[in-house]
Amino acid sequence: MSDLHGVIVSHAAVAQALVSAVTVITGIEGALTPVSNEGCGTEALAERLSQAVGTGPAVLFVDLPGGSCLNTSLRYAKRHADIAIVTGVNLAMLLDFVFHRDATPEEAARRAVDAGSKAIRVTAA
Amino acid sequence: MTLALYRIDDRLIHGQVVVGWGQPLNVSFIVLVDDEVRSSDWEQDLYRMGVPPSIEVRFASVEEAAQALPAWEADPRVGILLVADIDTAVALAERAPQVRRLNIGGVHHRTGRTERLRFVYLTDDEARKLRALAARGVDVTAQDVPTARPVPVGEFT
Repeated sequence: MSDLHGVIVSHAAVAQALVSAVTVITGIEGALTPVSNEGCGTEALAERLSQAVGTGPAVLFVDLPGGSCLNTSLRYAKRHADIAIVTGVNLAMLLDFVFHRDATPEEAARRAVDAGSKAIRVTAA
Repeated sequence: MTLALYRIDDRLIHGQVVVGWGQPLNVSFIVLVDDEVRSSDWEQDLYRMGVPPSIEVRFASVEEAAQALPAWEADPRVGILLVADIDTAVALAERAPQVRRLNIGGVHHRTGRTERLRFVYLTDDEARKLRALAARGVDVTAQDVPTARPVPVGEFT
């Protein structure tokens, strides 16, 4: 398994809850780091994100396709190489991601979008 | 209906604004007043993301906003005006008598600021500027979302 790291950037405790769920289901720890925008202005959130990403390549999983979490992530990605961003994070894409981290951020991001999208459907009753 | 909300929020366009206020007010346009964002196409693209196509986003410098405010106020649609900080709000209020209400929606922690409310951190200088605006007749309240109580400026500065 490579070192490709996932950082979930969300409102309130969504990110933390998703990390917990992934650990409960897979037993994998340390692949994902949660970042919440709770109580954060732009600068504070940027600092939280920077600390969560650390060094090296990462995929940023953002809750919504707009807003402060995405804004901060895009600003970060503009200044750092080897960062890919996925919006609309869901549990299914994270479960797939933690098992397929031997990839570039772009490859992992595309794969996560594919896995996450497949999980969204109307099921038969 | 004109501009229903003059808001100071250091996150500018984000979920609380677009959804929290935008839905109940039935907002059709958002004016983002910020000299820096006005001069950066990339920043403007960033803020446009996440705003549904039914809401128009306009960008203006403080000077442009001061000139355009009468037209925005005459717009039959409902709009929200956003600035990122107290200095921009003061600069706009000094140039535009249309600014009679100010909603403090989010001013977050930074060195030199102390907590006034859960979502409002101010330096003493910023608190003084807000009180001065209020003394000149601007209705200054802090309120992050529409369902919260608007806190009068005297309670948090």
